[in-house]
Amino acid sequence: MERRKFIRNSFALLAPTMIGGNPIHILQDHPMLDSALLATSGNNNVLVIIQLSGGNDGLNTVIPISEYSNYYNARTNIAIPEKKILKLEANDATGIHPAMTAMQNLFSDGKLNIVQSVGYPQPSFSHFRATDIWMSGSDSNQYLNTGWAGRLLNYENPGYPDNYPTVDKPDPLAIQIGSLATLTCQGPAVNMALSISDPSSFYNLLDGTNASVANTNAGYELSFLRGIAKQTNLYTARIKAASDSVKQQVTYPNNSLASQLKVVARLIKGGLHTKVYMVNYGGFDTHSGQVVASDTTTGAHANLLKVLSDSIAAFQSDMAGLEIEDRVIGMTYSEFGRRIVSNGSGGTDHGSAAPLFLFGKNVRGGVFGDNPTIPASANVNDNVPYQYDFRTVYNTILQNWFCVNATGQTEILTKQFPTLPLINASVCGINDKNSTFAKEALVYNYPNPFSSFTKVEFKTKGGHTLLQLLDGSGTILKVLVEATYNYPGMNSYNLYGSGMAPGVYYIRLQNEDKIFVKAIIKM
Amino acid sequence: MPAAPQSSLLGLNTYQGPWSYLQTKHLLNRTMFGAKAADINYFKTKGVVASVDELLNVPNSLPAPPLNDYNTSSFIDPNVPMGTTWVNDVSLDGTINAYRRATYKKWLLSVCVGQERNIREKLTFFWSNHFGTESDTISYGSMVYLHHQILRANCVGNFKQMVRAVTTDPGMLRYLNGYLNTKTAPDENYGRELQELFTVGKDGGAKYSEEDVKTAAKVLTGWKIDAAFNAVFDSTRHDTSNKTFSPYYSSKTITGKSGASGALETDELMTMLFDNTDTAKFICRKLYRYFVYYYIDANVENNIIKPLANTFITNNFDIKPVLKQLLQSEHFYDSLYIGCQIKSPLDHVVGFLRQYEIAFPNAVTDYADTYYMYNNMVNQLISMGQSPVDPPNVAGWPAYYQAPDYNELWINADTMPKRNKFTDLMVETGYTKNGKKIIIDTIQFAKTVCTNPSDPNLLIDSLFAFLVSTDVDASLKTNLKIQLLLTGQMSDYYWTDAWNLYISTPTVINFNIVNTRLKALLKYIMNLPDYQLQ
Repeated sequence: MERRKFIRNSFALLAPTMIGGNPIHILQDHPMLDSALLATSGNNNVLVIIQLSGGNDGLNTVIPISEYSNYYNARTNIAIPEKKILKLEANDATGIHPAMTAMQNLFSDGKLNIVQSVGYPQPSFSHFRATDIWMSGSDSNQYLNTGWAGRLLNYENPGYPDNYPTVDKPDPLAIQIGSLATLTCQGPAVNMALSISDPSSFYNLLDGTNASVANTNAGYELSFLRGIAKQTNLYTARIKAASDSVKQQVTYPNNSLASQLKVVARLIKGGLHTKVYMVNYGGFDTHSGQVVASDTTTGAHANLLKVLSDSIAAFQSDMAGLEIEDRVIGMTYSEFGRRIVSNGSGGTDHGSAAPLFLFGKNVRGGVFGDNPTIPASANVNDNVPYQYDFRTVYNTILQNWFCVNATGQTEILTKQFPTLPLINASVCGINDKNSTFAKEALVYNYPNPFSSFTKVEFKTKGGHTLLQLLDGSGTILKVLVEATYNYPGMNSYNLYGSGMAPGVYYIRLQNEDKIFVKAIIKM
Repeated sequence: MPAAPQSSLLGLNTYQGPWSYLQTKHLLNRTMFGAKAADINYFKTKGVVASVDELLNVPNSLPAPPLNDYNTSSFIDPNVPMGTTWVNDVSLDGTINAYRRATYKKWLLSVCVGQERNIREKLTFFWSNHFGTESDTISYGSMVYLHHQILRANCVGNFKQMVRAVTTDPGMLRYLNGYLNTKTAPDENYGRELQELFTVGKDGGAKYSEEDVKTAAKVLTGWKIDAAFNAVFDSTRHDTSNKTFSPYYSSKTITGKSGASGALETDELMTMLFDNTDTAKFICRKLYRYFVYYYIDANVENNIIKPLANTFITNNFDIKPVLKQLLQSEHFYDSLYIGCQIKSPLDHVVGFLRQYEIAFPNAVTDYADTYYMYNNMVNQLISMGQSPVDPPNVAGWPAYYQAPDYNELWINADTMPKRNKFTDLMVETGYTKNGKKIIIDTIQFAKTVCTNPSDPNLLIDSLFAFLVSTDVDASLKTNLKIQLLLTGQMSDYYWTDAWNLYISTPTVINFNIVNTRLKALLKYIMNLPDYQLQ
């Protein structure tokens, strides 16, 4: 008998038992035992990915107040009135949709990070292709038949699924709720995620109810097969036990996203070792009727954002109540943003870059990056250019949350990407406790995009200041400035474009405890 | 949910109902190892009688024999060149024979996959399970081949002649020790199984006596195998005494004969066994369980088994009239029986390869690669609990006889995931050898199964109609469409556009957009427990 089973059975015999006259119920499932084993097998951090299917309109989600008049002119029929925009603490330039009061509070609590204009070069405007790019982590013109999280999990579990579950990994490596197995967790051979395709069937599993069959011999045999299939799912019992062990949660709003997140909270608290949870919320393909014309703060998009905001806030408050917020962060993404200029049917068409949310106690609260520039007279094809490649966000999660080393990062993302100071990396032993996230922009450049020349202005508070030029893969090309300043103030550097191939580059500033990264584009 | 298996009250009258896709597929699933889309369309226009007649019309020509695929730099068969057949070569060498037995299994799978539109391979497999020989025990490759060729050549022929041929088939003489059965040291092995498993059976308990077993063994003394692997009768080893059987066989006495005539006693034994009406009933029950369903109550016994047994006897044990009557009966097409069989591993693997028309390397020019690929399929079967021509014992696989579970015995918490893993593997990576690959071609499959794959609703309906035999909830289909084909979008045209874009501009990216979604859908459908039924 495996040692683990022995211990488990021994406890089962003891439960419930009496200690000092008080009945103590020892959980049939065994998070206590597992946490002891866990100490030797990597950290127990969890990532919750919320996919917003359809292409979320970033400009009406995170609104560039500093560009308000151009914003308004570009989308008069759907623009959010300036005075209705929710303010973000200490960020006058940027606000959020009025339906997102719950996330406004999360921001004030320092648990929400807004990454501006996340995308990638040569964006795809096809739902399918763009979704595949986000899920696989590929370039626009590259085809990868595995997912970025699948490659992460395969990197850490190269033999999966042979001989799994193991003592160290007794649970699904990833769980997908609310949609079928997606590309995100596809590994080289198998999908690394347990997919709970139909949430209602999952709730049935947790409740122990069964689907019906026809009154034929085929129906009789199908019941038999389903019974075996249920036993076959090596993880069913553990998932149910984990879910059952959590008795108290905060009240969640009544919508499909919140229901999924509520289950995720239970499973994490219930002791599953699952690293990645994926949930799905759809309906963001707002070509028409995005707002109610008479009140643009209401309508389909407002409803979607309210669900998103309320659900995330409930989940975050549950994390705190369940005392697991130290090890859980969440990320939203959508396959693309939408066009700057609205269309005639009160909606927006497929676009490119859009803001992305990270939430959790260990994300660094604030707005990361500049507001997108809105042209004074935007035309119908204008799009928000990307500032941050989505894979820099992935890479940050890999390095700062899952403690994957540089070799692993390159293997998983198929090439090098920089990391961004979005997540408290102390759990991975990365000594950046002095590098707080700069809420205000510390680097500007103009013109941007540029061809022959751009002037880079950077703000130092004095002391050691390092300004680097990185290429799109995060490789440091050049140290532009390394100096110790006696006084705070603005300084500048003239960057010449000769010898630079067209594309995205990054200017990275490190000034004592401050880090800032700015994307620049060479034409 | 049905609490127990049910039987149909419909009898053996010829089926008069509609002849549609559903009934056609049902007939083909039961008489071949899975149906290709073209097979269903072909028989769909013919009606029940013509379809059954055609399926029972087995050609006389047999498949080309298995080849030496096993010569390597470190091992060379001294008698048989690479790429030529070994079936006529007598060899006692253990290594050579191990290779030949392995080759036989690969070859058998290739024959099942490449079967023509008739019942031969499905029925041959029934007989090889019926006689239950294990190739490992027979050990000599050429004998294994010969044994199964007897079954293949006679599969729809005369059962009495088949039993007679098998009784003195060298492979069977070896397998059940007939070649060691002499008057001084009788070996009862074959005499017992001949009654218990091959003819009268023991449904409801054996009615022959232990003495009958010994007596039959005496009748069969004297057969042996010569150096050229021929069965010969050695009268010096034959027991020439009179052999009298129990009242179950009407106290029949087979008069002892000496000299070459001693061999004639074997024929008399056949006559005695076939004169007993239990033989016809026993075989008809077994055929019923193989082709229809395992559940036989009094109603099925009286309305189906007894009349079928009469047909069997009336036709002097010709197999074809029995199958014709059963397969075109209204009983066979009762909706109670559509999709109620749990696939055997062979049904699952071969059926899958045929459904998807998986393209194997060229069997003539690349035969070694072909055999290699089929070896992977053999290994899959072994992992799922059915190593072809190596049943666990002479009774065959328990799934074909063990009450009360029968074919449910194929499925457990070990084998079910292996079945799913196999189909997943064939969707995702397939197998590769020398630059050749066997894998699902999702696009071609969609085109083959569906008249308009750009319509996501029609595509999903067509895939389910082809791949599963149970009714699936409409809500599941909608869910699959939205989640898998539409990637969460609500408008059908997103799939239609993606499909049409691929057709008009088949770039790698456009291919992958469609392929990724089809792969996920096919994996999902084949992971449903419903896919395990036929």
